[in-house]
Amino acid sequence: MDKQTPAVSLRHITKAFGSKVVANKDVSMDIMSGEILSLLGENGSGKTTLMNMLSGIYHQDAGQILVNGNEVFINSPKDAYALGIGMIHQHFKLVEVFTAVENVALGMDKKTTGGAKEIAKAITEICDRYGFDVDPKKKVYNMTVSQKQTLEIVKALYRGANILILDEPTAVLTPQETDKLFAVLRNMKKDGKSIIIITHKLNEVLAISDRVAILRKGEYIGDVETKDASVQSLTEMMVGQKVELDIERPAVEHKALRLRIDHLTCLDRYGVTALDDVSLEAYGGEILGIAGISGSGQKQLLEAVAGLQHAESGSSIEYIEPDTGTRHQLLGKSVSDIKRMGVALSFVPEDRLGMGLVGAMGMTDNMMLRSYEKGRLPFTDRKTPRQLASKVKEELEVVTPSLNTPVRKLSGGNVQKVLVGREIASDPTVLMAAYAVRGLDINTSYTIYRLLNEQKKKGVAVIYVGEDLDVLLALCDRIAVLCGGKLNGVVDGKTATKEEVGLMMTNLRTERKEADAS
Amino acid sequence: MIVSFIHRAVMQGIPLLYGATGEIITEKSGNLNLGIPGVMYVGGISGVIGAFMYENSLPDKSAANPFWAIAIPLLCCLLGSFLIGLLYSFLTTTLRANQNVTGLAITTFGVGLGNFFGGSLIKIVGADVPSITLSTTSKFFSASLPFAQNLGWFGEIFLSYGFLAYLAVIVAILASLFLKRSRVGLNLRAVGENPATADAAGINVSRYKYLSTCVGSMIAGLGGLYYVMDYVSGVWSNDGFGDRGWLAIALVIFTVWKPNFAIIGSILFGGLYIVHNYLNQLIPMNMSSQELIKMAPYVVTVLVLIFNSMRNKRESQPPEALGLSYFREDR
Repeated sequence: MDKQTPAVSLRHITKAFGSKVVANKDVSMDIMSGEILSLLGENGSGKTTLMNMLSGIYHQDAGQILVNGNEVFINSPKDAYALGIGMIHQHFKLVEVFTAVENVALGMDKKTTGGAKEIAKAITEICDRYGFDVDPKKKVYNMTVSQKQTLEIVKALYRGANILILDEPTAVLTPQETDKLFAVLRNMKKDGKSIIIITHKLNEVLAISDRVAILRKGEYIGDVETKDASVQSLTEMMVGQKVELDIERPAVEHKALRLRIDHLTCLDRYGVTALDDVSLEAYGGEILGIAGISGSGQKQLLEAVAGLQHAESGSSIEYIEPDTGTRHQLLGKSVSDIKRMGVALSFVPEDRLGMGLVGAMGMTDNMMLRSYEKGRLPFTDRKTPRQLASKVKEELEVVTPSLNTPVRKLSGGNVQKVLVGREIASDPTVLMAAYAVRGLDINTSYTIYRLLNEQKKKGVAVIYVGEDLDVLLALCDRIAVLCGGKLNGVVDGKTATKEEVGLMMTNLRTERKEADAS
Repeated sequence: MIVSFIHRAVMQGIPLLYGATGEIITEKSGNLNLGIPGVMYVGGISGVIGAFMYENSLPDKSAANPFWAIAIPLLCCLLGSFLIGLLYSFLTTTLRANQNVTGLAITTFGVGLGNFFGGSLIKIVGADVPSITLSTTSKFFSASLPFAQNLGWFGEIFLSYGFLAYLAVIVAILASLFLKRSRVGLNLRAVGENPATADAAGINVSRYKYLSTCVGSMIAGLGGLYYVMDYVSGVWSNDGFGDRGWLAIALVIFTVWKPNFAIIGSILFGGLYIVHNYLNQLIPMNMSSQELIKMAPYVVTVLVLIFNSMRNKRESQPPEALGLSYFREDR
């Protein structure tokens, strides 16, 4: 294999966003032609960033890219196409109101493509060759997710892609559609094309790829031939050794049932089941961790509790009042009713300002979003929020020129502190925090952990959704592991191992049993 | 009376058709140019300035050359509206200013600019009435086929207009074919629908936005020129253009972003705009009912909007990225 020139070689690639976040650090790897390579890694391990550099969306800070042994400079998606590199993004790059033909024709010279008929013919040829099924005249908005994905692949092939990168291609597919996709990929491999699949689903890695390359926290860990790999060995490479973190975990006192979730089923906005029959309990005085690959239903779970997500019939979320023990059904209640009961959601999605804070307003005004109905009508009470804002600023060391500076102008970490600080200050009985430390430096992260622990000691039921397994294992009393929208088990934070949780995140229990049996 | 009503409706509709065609081309690139009323106003005054300079350079008004009498105001109009379109593109595409705010500012600016130059010209001439008359050049703009008068109602409805009216219809048909059939039109629509996708397909998003906005403004500007030179026979008076610019924007929505629909739509709007005059002749009305009837084009637009959102057909929706700036880093 070494004698052959690799289709693509990456040499010492480094890419950083801002000064703190290093997405890729000195990554070197090769992709041969006629092979399917899986790029495996946890969330935030830099898989997509690395591939975006190949497809011309980002440019590396340091390092070289070689295609067929020659150094190349990829500055735009157009350059990537010219080199035969095509990437299928997780969010499809298609124009919804266009037909398949129009989408393929986009940006191409009519002299080289010919008219709509010629393109339709070429699409049909590509489909016949690899075994796809695309109706050239169909509008994209009428297509299923699987058909859109197929169209993206056809589009890339039509532009002469020899190296095809697929970012989490199976995330949106049903098992049958996945099988179909894999059959197509095998046909393309036979045709001598190189295929890179970005994924974290171990069973699929084992099913489709020839070789697995593993990234962890932006660094290249190594590669193994798939035939020599097993679920266990891959998990170990993916999650690495347990890192000892010095996070405090006070003993649980006065544990009391606070939330009881029964058979919760939710659909995402595409109508796909995002959360499937999840039953879970949260207790006051403990921190319940939620682990899972991103998009496993964490968002829906938290939003259903907060009243932002519609749940399917048969679901139930009961809230037990701390003092009286009265039970309230949360489903069907309005967001403000739920908030008034003391359920706080400090959800920090990818877009920090998207939910919870208004970018153009200062800290004081953002604090007021929680209490705008207070005060003597028609006037609002501005004094209390201002005091709260300065308290949050002091305690969490928020760096801002003034309390009235629009929070949009603050750095990401400071924005997060404002959000978390406000939610904690609302004196909740249930505090949900998702990705509360994403993008924060180590000191601030510890401040947040300390605040969560304080809440726990006060008897609040804390639900913490995190991505870093080391933190989850050090901070949480119990960890519920979600996998593909299903609850894959709840483990004790004190005794569970990283490998155990990692395996539960990527393999459903039933599948694991099969793997053990074989 | 019906014949003369249709004739007047077409005359009223032509400026709207220019404005709507230009705005459709602009909006297809994702730029919501609410400055169209200003652009059309500037198009009008630029033409007037051109015509004024030409007329004043003539030793004898009867010696006017038809070619220059048309070419000079036309080029001035195109140049004036092009510059305004360029300003809008620069502010929204390069500086990424908010499109709504910029558009409204352009409208205010364009109307102010027009009134400033209009007022200056009136001062220069020293006329008794607050208007300026350019009948020599206007004559060439409004010239219709000589035998049209002999053809009765057919001639009056179809052949009695100046050349700019026919040009408006041709431009609308060409714009429609361009958007529907050509590859560049396809790319342009992609830019307005999903700039990130267009960018990934190797389309220069900024260039498309600039070009379509400038070309769209030039087309819209011709609407202003037609109004001054043909419709009001070369008499410029400040604020005479009225709310035709806003009607043109309403027409864009009414025709669900299709220039070929705009041909019929503009005549309908033109008719609705003047119908109160004719109704008044049939059934005498007081002023307030006439004002109510003047609302008709806007009411119809609202109804179309409601109907369209209820039907929920994807093709009848505005371009998806309309009004949004595009940052490549957001990908």
